[in-house]
Amino acid sequence: MSNIEVTFVSTALLLTAFLLTVRFDRRPGEKRLGFFRRNGLVVGLYLILCVAFWCIVTFVMPMVYMVDLSFHPKLPPSMAGGPEDVFTLVNYRMLLFGSPTSTDEWNWLHLRSFFGTIGISIALTFFNFAVSYPIAYYMAQSASVSRLRVIVLLLIIPYWVNDILRAFAFRILLSYSGFMNSLLIWLGITDTPVDFIGANVALYLALVYSNLLIMIFPLYNAIEAQDHNQIEAARDLGASWWHIHLFVVMPHAKPGIASGMTLSFMLMAGAIATPLVLAGPHSLWFTPIIYDRFYQLFDWPQGAAYAIALLLACILFVLGVMKITGLKLGEITK
Amino acid sequence: MALTTAVEFERVRVDFGPFTAVHETDLEIGSGEFFSFLGPSGCGKTTLLRAISGFVEPSSGRIRIGGADMAGVGPNKRPTALIFQNLALFPMMSVAENVGYGLRVRGVARGVRQEKVGRLLDQVALSQHADKKVSELSGGQRQRVAIARALAVEPKVLLLDEPLSALDLKLRQHMRRELREIQQRVGITFIYITHDQGEALTMSDRIAVMNAGRIEQVGDGRTIYAHPQTPFVASFVGETNAIHGRVASVSGELATVDTPLGPLTGRNIRHLSPGATATLFVRPELVRLSAAEGDCSIHGTLSEMAFEGSMTHLTLRTPTDTRIAAMLVAADLSRLPGEGAPLTASFTPASAVVLPEAAQAA
Repeated sequence: MSNIEVTFVSTALLLTAFLLTVRFDRRPGEKRLGFFRRNGLVVGLYLILCVAFWCIVTFVMPMVYMVDLSFHPKLPPSMAGGPEDVFTLVNYRMLLFGSPTSTDEWNWLHLRSFFGTIGISIALTFFNFAVSYPIAYYMAQSASVSRLRVIVLLLIIPYWVNDILRAFAFRILLSYSGFMNSLLIWLGITDTPVDFIGANVALYLALVYSNLLIMIFPLYNAIEAQDHNQIEAARDLGASWWHIHLFVVMPHAKPGIASGMTLSFMLMAGAIATPLVLAGPHSLWFTPIIYDRFYQLFDWPQGAAYAIALLLACILFVLGVMKITGLKLGEITK
Repeated sequence: MALTTAVEFERVRVDFGPFTAVHETDLEIGSGEFFSFLGPSGCGKTTLLRAISGFVEPSSGRIRIGGADMAGVGPNKRPTALIFQNLALFPMMSVAENVGYGLRVRGVARGVRQEKVGRLLDQVALSQHADKKVSELSGGQRQRVAIARALAVEPKVLLLDEPLSALDLKLRQHMRRELREIQQRVGITFIYITHDQGEALTMSDRIAVMNAGRIEQVGDGRTIYAHPQTPFVASFVGETNAIHGRVASVSGELATVDTPLGPLTGRNIRHLSPGATATLFVRPELVRLSAAEGDCSIHGTLSEMAFEGSMTHLTLRTPTDTRIAAMLVAADLSRLPGEGAPLTASFTPASAVVLPEAAQAA
């Protein structure tokens, strides 16, 4: 089977499975107003076509295509579909062992980067939460309406600057002879410049900075929905501030926290522009490695395998966190 | 009245920007007292309550609780507990966890805590609901959870901010009795905020009637109802007929007021002098249809009659188009003429009060 065939067949299977689950979900004997009766034929068709296009053509099919690609060897176009185009695990073997044949040695360079990316993304997500929570709490429970408007504006305006520009700005700010080092030396805090880029401080700061809003808004939504009297009631019953936040506000905001943290984590682990510009020589964020598979080695199957490994690891991690915190997907999207 | 003072206000004033929510207030509330602040919304009663609980700092003056100055003491350090209007129970906690929250933040050991929570839930008849979520309870049950949660921290003063307003009438009347019983049982000071005079009159030892940031009168329910000191108190607490005029003459305890309905006489409790503008107040239930010697009489026609079972409300319309309300018990109905018939209403001078005309009188 060729790539295209596999893609179409798998997509069709997924679609059938989805329709079947919908069918099983419907309670027997339940009378509901039909979809077309409710929306009219034209609007109904438009909705179905749009959603179908969005889900199938722009999401499911490319994904399935990539998964399929990752199980094929790298071949010139003329040999695609030929006798050598077989299913193989060689691309995943490359990630694990750094060689298509030998399994003697682990591919430490890539694996360290892989787990490092996930580990640091987790740490940065917590850091992001620590920065965002007070801001979100202030916006949701303390700020006056006019103050809130100013804060939201101040938070949003920096996002008009695009990712690459922002990354270079951080580079200028934090490079060896950059603004921050000049300032530190001028203030007499240090004699020799600090290597912010080499120590990855610049990368981590930029990653957290670009994901602040992603964290703040779900938190704000969740905290804002809490009755302020509950916070006062806890205070009145003798609770200290940290106790109120830990046992009254955060449990209430749990869906928002989970939603902000998963989004922030996913986006950090998958960020590409920021690591390309800001990563120090000793750090290998995993995404530039994937990028190199595609555009330096021109080995798309291997790139696909690397990308899918990262995606799976992220999904597993998020599912694991949800399992531990007892949250359901529906709650996060509330 | 109680021997010791639980809460003391000394020249307490609260400003919100240019707006003065509470003007200089002096007040002492005795320990073990059931004390109510009664007034319309926006009169400053909730601000006073929040000042006691510590959520609002007075702009000037002092608040003492149990003799200790509360200036700079946060809400979490005060010997008070507040029951919020919407109760503010914690939805993510069970009933027992709600009740035990105050003990948990105080670091009370789990065993002691559970035992105490159990006892409190027993007292409010919620033992079998201990592990339920708050959202699974009825309105009255939630009310009792809020009371138990507040009592758990053993406050010296329990503050209640219109906690019954969300309940339906039957439940509200039941909870009035229950609150009063709980107060008598635990013996601590209850400070109750309400705009419902029925609640204030049935439960309280003493009532402070508030209007526009000022306490107009403090006293027990009967005194406030029978001897209002200001026009606002007279018209806010209970129904009343207000007849405006000018003091014509004063003799002893009584003053005669010249009104469009003729000279009417009432008790001159504020010692007004002849010539002062004044309003005479008389309660509908003290208006009678049979005049005796020395009574004041008002002539008019019977314009409305509303039968309400045990009571009948009558409206007398005078030639000058003033309406006088009267309330008769069922037994008196036999003597009534039909609607539109001429009627004379009367009252004894002792049942009416003459008060000075106030600018802000309702």
